[in-house]
Amino acid sequence: MSAAIEIPFNSTERPDTGLYNAKLGVWLFLASEVMLFGALFSSYVLLRTGAETWEHGAAFLNVPLATINTLVLIISSVTMVMSWASLKMNNFGRYKLYMGLTILCGVGFLVIKSFEYAHKFETGLWPSTSTFMALYFTMTGLHGLHVIGGMIVNSYLWGPGSKMWHTDPVRFTNRIEVAGLYWHFVDLVWIFLFPTLYLLPGK
Amino acid sequence: MNPIEARMSTTHHEEIHHHVRIYIKVFVALAVGTIVTVLASNVHLGIVLGIIVALLIATVKGSLVAAFFMHLVAERKVIYWVLVLTASFVVAMMGLIMFAHDDQQGRPQGIFAVPQGHVPVHQAEGAPKE
Repeated sequence: MSAAIEIPFNSTERPDTGLYNAKLGVWLFLASEVMLFGALFSSYVLLRTGAETWEHGAAFLNVPLATINTLVLIISSVTMVMSWASLKMNNFGRYKLYMGLTILCGVGFLVIKSFEYAHKFETGLWPSTSTFMALYFTMTGLHGLHVIGGMIVNSYLWGPGSKMWHTDPVRFTNRIEVAGLYWHFVDLVWIFLFPTLYLLPGK
Repeated sequence: MNPIEARMSTTHHEEIHHHVRIYIKVFVALAVGTIVTVLASNVHLGIVLGIIVALLIATVKGSLVAAFFMHLVAERKVIYWVLVLTASFVVAMMGLIMFAHDDQQGRPQGIFAVPQGHVPVHQAEGAPKE
């Protein structure tokens, strides 16, 4: 009797959904993430509309750095999807290269973000300073944690986890696809956070 | 590899190459969108128009990411249904919060209280006067 229990539909499609299980699972997880960030964006709307005045983020946040960070995340999304495409074309070396670049972009994003945070603290801007700063730190902080989470998963898949390519390439390629779904979602959240916090006019 | 497998493999590779070309185009569109949204924020469009333009560009960029990088442009039905359900919950949440916003106008205390400094001058009827 075999001791190992085979998890079904991790490389083949399940007949009723037409998907391998991990993909549906990650999409359901992303649905919960939409609610999490949706709650924060709703809070922003409520607090902004309820306030008599509202700061213009660009007046004291660093827009050029945030623009660079936006481009860094967009590049990381491209390298992430290229790492998946490389596996689809049976090119494991290219996969390692693109996934490595994705992780480096994540590091770059966090380094730039930490410069921004340090500057805020130096100039006396804390979460307790204003409603705007409370939202700024909560939303960018939660997003930053998501970037760290994605980097941990991507680093595993770049390093020890990549051994699976040699034993079960289809399953490994699927893993990269679902890790990519999460990473693109994190990019998508930033695409909305950037204008909301840095660019929207004050009142 | 027999000839049929070889042909299938070539077709598969061509398909992926086609995807890669799309990814590059999407990347260029996203980069341009980022520059445009920053430039647009420097133009004095007013509050309402400024917000609409910024969020419109963000929505287009977000849609590109979802459609091509997340492969939603050609996905199974069950995922679309998951997203429809999620979207309806988000709309419900936003809606409930906006109702709460109507509730808080001019109310100096309670769970939706607004700090005194932020209470608009046009206080709601029945609210205690300062």
